Amino acid sequence: MTLLAIDWILLIEKLVLIAIIVFASLGIALYTTFAERKVAAILQDRPGPNRAGPFGLFQPFADGLKLIMKEEIIPNTANRSLFILGPGLAMTAALMTCAVIPWSSHVELFGRNIELQIADINIGILYVFGVVSLGVYGIMIGGWASNNKFSLMAALRAASQAISYELAMGLALIAVLMVSGSLSLKTIVDQQMEPGRLWNVAYQPLGFLIFFICAMAECNRTPFDLPEAENELNFGYHQEYSSMKLGFYLFSEYVNMIMSSAIMACLYFGGFDIPFLNETTLAPNLAAILGVLALLTKIVIFIFIFMWIRWTIPRFRYDQLMNLGWKKLIPLALLNMLVTGAVILYLQG
Amino acid sequence: MSTTEILFFFLTALAIFSAIMVLVSKNPVHSVLWLIAVFFAISGHYILLNAQFLAIVNLIVYAGAIMVLFLFVIMLMNLNAETEPQKHIWMKLAGAISGGCFLMMLVSLVRQASELNGKTALMAEGNIGLIKNLGKALFSDYVVPFEITSVLFLSAMVGAVVIGKK
Amino acid sequence: MAGQIEEKHMQALTNRSKEVSRKPMSFMEQLYLPAILKGMAITFSHIFKKQPTIRYPEQKRPFSPVFRGLHVLNRDEEGRERCTACGLCAVACPAEAITMEAAERLPGEENKYREEKYAARYEINMLRCIFCGLCEEACPKDAIYLSETFAPANFTRKGFIYGKNELLIPDPVTEPEAYQKARGLKEPTTASQN
Repeated sequence: MTLLAIDWILLIEKLVLIAIIVFASLGIALYTTFAERKVAAILQDRPGPNRAGPFGLFQPFADGLKLIMKEEIIPNTANRSLFILGPGLAMTAALMTCAVIPWSSHVELFGRNIELQIADINIGILYVFGVVSLGVYGIMIGGWASNNKFSLMAALRAASQAISYELAMGLALIAVLMVSGSLSLKTIVDQQMEPGRLWNVAYQPLGFLIFFICAMAECNRTPFDLPEAENELNFGYHQEYSSMKLGFYLFSEYVNMIMSSAIMACLYFGGFDIPFLNETTLAPNLAAILGVLALLTKIVIFIFIFMWIRWTIPRFRYDQLMNLGWKKLIPLALLNMLVTGAVILYLQG
Repeated sequence: MSTTEILFFFLTALAIFSAIMVLVSKNPVHSVLWLIAVFFAISGHYILLNAQFLAIVNLIVYAGAIMVLFLFVIMLMNLNAETEPQKHIWMKLAGAISGGCFLMMLVSLVRQASELNGKTALMAEGNIGLIKNLGKALFSDYVVPFEITSVLFLSAMVGAVVIGKK
Repeated sequence: MAGQIEEKHMQALTNRSKEVSRKPMSFMEQLYLPAILKGMAITFSHIFKKQPTIRYPEQKRPFSPVFRGLHVLNRDEEGRERCTACGLCAVACPAEAITMEAAERLPGEENKYREEKYAARYEINMLRCIFCGLCEEACPKDAIYLSETFAPANFTRKGFIYGKNELLIPDPVTEPEAYQKARGLKEPTTASQN
């Protein structure tokens, strides 16, 4: 089994894992769109979508079907190849993040020890960062290729917003890395699982707050949804898009939301750790399944908070957005980093 | 041929093809996008050399930040294939000659370098590109140049703020 | 200057107006977070509030007792049409939505029409009708009254011109159930008299 010097079983195992995780993420994202509408409705004292199937549970499929059946329009003056590339890039970048998220500990199946993580690379969190910084290309390329001034303006807004908030996000991250001393997400989670150690959010409350705000900005969620501000830019960067290409843009926002929730859960809330429970006492397979459920619960809670904020707070003005990013969050993150470093040095010496 | 070799040749071909496309593309935005493809291929090479940290930093800094700003500027300037100024034939010739000289110099330097003689690239081994070793090297052996560079960056930042305030 | 003096003497119409505070924000206010959390608490409290939504096709809202909906051409207890095509409703109609053609009752049709004259054609243009109910008031025979339904949507304008087929109430003798249903909750205003 060593044709071309590849461990084929490992390859198949990883491919199956990738397929499961990607389709699970897409499925969750599908239902996140439904949850968004339901949460909005409940917060606004109305029932929300309730016609398609019991409690409206088939609504996302109806929405998806509608998007697929719509006419595919590519404007005459658009740059055809880039116009098609844009939504694909946005979606790819959103899904690529899931490669380094540790979904749970390992399971034992067919006598093999399968890690529930696609790749435990020793720079996991930097990889996430790299992929996030690529996500903006999907928006920029799509907005520029549409050959529409509103789309272009939205694309530029998206790019400048992403760059501004990535800085504060990175600085908040560095403080976590100081606490954990590792870049691997798996190691960071394992450290938080150790008995007697609190979750990172206890050591980094300010860092978490900054990271959370920046994650919201990176996902282009309200109150940071300036790239798609309807009242200023009509429909933002996806104005010229129709059919499933538009669906990809809308969908990638939800996938991004799930991924950033997962990252926040891993960095600050113990990942697949179940509070007040020592997982090593359980059978490994049971512990793995419970771990996946714990991580999913945390993700769902984060997504609910994202939505809760969206339906509470109005959109920022552009100067407010930049002021918050550059004049408030970055100094705060620097301060947080400094204090963390000082405390760690004090404790060591 | 091992997997690493296949990947190496694939990435090399991709890098060279993308680099040529950067020059050949009439549309500046296409050029920038091909340049990003070059960075991806180079990052792939870094990973083959077991330098994951360098690979991902290359992506974050160059592809993720600098090229976004590049793209930003090009989009705002709205450069098209039609607005590209037609250069004089002598200018083109001079450019070709100077570029050729530079290439010749590079090739002769690499061929003469004694450390590289009879050596092949380390594939998936060696660990100088890992963050731990890199950090140790930067903060012990090269601490003075490293700090001087950061001061340089700081002054550049202050300069940008000063220009922006005017 | 005049404006300033006027402003001083201007009286507030209500006591609800509030002066805009131009005070610089305190540190707590500048943090924004307390205000944001307060807003989020408000939206969260709405999860537990009662929804005022009426799920329409399943649930219907009761009409007000004075609601004036689609017209019904009435029949008497024996199932004979009450309308005699006198044209008073058409005259009373401010929107000129009603047209009719009269015909004489032939021998043997006494069980179909109550009077010697009847409306062979009776049309109401629901696009013109303003549902004022003046036709109902004008009718001396209580032949027309406004029910508690409204005109359903249609694809053509033609579909909104209601003829006798649509307007006439089912026969109480042959189809009593349909008659009761069409009559609705509201009694024809003066049907019991006469």
